[in-house]
Amino acid sequence: MTYDIIIVGGGIQGVATAYELAKRGAGKILLLEKTFLTGGSTGSCAAGIRAQFGSPFNVKLMARSLEIFENMAKELECDNDYLELWQGGYLVLAYSEAEFEGLKRNVEVQHTYGLKTNVLSVEEVKKAFPRVNVEGVYGATYHDRDGHADPFHVTFAYAEAGKRLGVEIREWTPVDTLLTENGKITGVRLQDGSSVYAERVLVCAGAWTTSLLKTVGIDLPLWGEKHEILITEPWERLLGPMVISFSRGYYIQQRPHGSFIMGIPPEDPRHWYRPDEFDFSSSIDFLLRMSSEATNVLPFLKGVNVVRQWAGLYEMTPDHHHAIGPLEDISGLWVAAGGSGHGFMFGPVMAEQLSKWMMGEPMDIDLRPLSPDRFKKGALVIEPAVVG
Amino acid sequence: MDDNKVIICRCEDITLHDVRGAIEDGYDSWDKLKRYLRIGMGPCGGKTCRLLVLRELSAIKGKPLSALYLRENVIRPPLRSIPFKALEKEAHL
Ligand SMILES: Cc1cc2nc3c(=O)[nH]c(=O)nc-3n(C[C@H](O)[C@H](O)[C@H](O)COP(=O)(O)OP(=O)(O)OC[C@H]3O[C@@H](n4cnc5c(N)ncnc54)[C@H](O)[C@@H]3O)c2cc1C
Repeated sequence: MTYDIIIVGGGIQGVATAYELAKRGAGKILLLEKTFLTGGSTGSCAAGIRAQFGSPFNVKLMARSLEIFENMAKELECDNDYLELWQGGYLVLAYSEAEFEGLKRNVEVQHTYGLKTNVLSVEEVKKAFPRVNVEGVYGATYHDRDGHADPFHVTFAYAEAGKRLGVEIREWTPVDTLLTENGKITGVRLQDGSSVYAERVLVCAGAWTTSLLKTVGIDLPLWGEKHEILITEPWERLLGPMVISFSRGYYIQQRPHGSFIMGIPPEDPRHWYRPDEFDFSSSIDFLLRMSSEATNVLPFLKGVNVVRQWAGLYEMTPDHHHAIGPLEDISGLWVAAGGSGHGFMFGPVMAEQLSKWMMGEPMDIDLRPLSPDRFKKGALVIEPAVVG
Repeated sequence: MDDNKVIICRCEDITLHDVRGAIEDGYDSWDKLKRYLRIGMGPCGGKTCRLLVLRELSAIKGKPLSALYLRENVIRPPLRSIPFKALEKEAHL
């Protein structure tokens, strides 16, 4: 059996790209997933979506991704409520004068691209968000179209829409090795020993990407970094925005369903390249640090019950940007991974632009600066607004 | 028996009818049902519904529990819900 394109990985990146490629008539597409759709980082994430970045490149990309999220239910022909997109904004708190100045510079960039981000004084934060404790806060920025969605349902909706366009999806089907012949990709060998062939292979295997590329001798500096997160019991709506601090690292949101979801990065991040080393255990250290921060910035949380904590991986690269595009050394081999803690929110726009790239259409936002070969050339991309 | 009236998940108000519909739509493993319906994600952490769902899956698929697709278990604390105020006190000890 020969396909036009095999996609490895059923997270947001693989599934959304499968849909976008099918929509552009890319031919026979097969998506292979080791466990089930959202079984990787996509299923562990907070699914925050924000356009409040600092580099023109990221602001442009996220402005477009927001538009895609806003029109997604129509595009993917699903119920609007199903995606649980909540646009209560992101309230970014600054804990020093210098941090506030930095946020204001980011806002100038955001304004250039038509986003209506507000700069708020401490008084204005108190008035608009009376539940937020502003002790130690110097000011904030707020963009009301930022928010969060349900990462499972968004991915499933892309999958359903893709299947309607003929995309074939096989779950519980781990890929063992990539197959090449004379410097050209020919397909993949599955863990059960059988092979599937294709003209092109796109690897969207998140933190597992590095080990798959190694099977054909490619070294991609992409590693999995452990991040923990927790969820509470559902409450009535008490919190509109995602409250976040870049300097302290925390983010706290309330889902439409009522639960609060929050995280804070590890003090000493553990990271791995090899999947057999990945560690998804939960720690008491995280739970206690998170509780301190959360009850400090949102004191009403003291009475709320924590229901569950878990851990997932950020797929990190040296400059914290995706590795996206064709590999120079093996023709027909493409990669799209390395969201570095933002892979969910960038997923839709990356999928859209990458599919145009793969189909030889002009991209609206040129992704070539994110080419996976940039690391060996030292051409890194810089972004000032990141958590953790 | 009206499967619309059989509650499988008390935390999230999910009926046997919902579970059967989801399985029919292709959400045919515990891991996917959880993420599709939010079953097992409430305060009980699946202690009430998990076996009921697995039994239903097993009946529909005609496979023993041991042959159902299941991801390796990852322990997700806490065992029982804890209020932040207790944790916060602990953090400041
Ligand atoms: C705690 C936490 C919070 C986060 N919060 C946010 C947030 O608020 N906003 C945001 O935008 N991002 C967030 N992220 C990051 C986000 O989750 C990821 O960047 C994103 O989900 C990556 O998507 P992906 O499709 O590239 O990778 P994944 O979702 O990891 O998908 C890769 C898939 O490939 C599969 N796979 C691996 N190896 C193989 C193989 N050999 N054969 C077949 N399949 C294979 C895996 O099972 C997996 O399903 C967070 C991450 C974590 C851990």
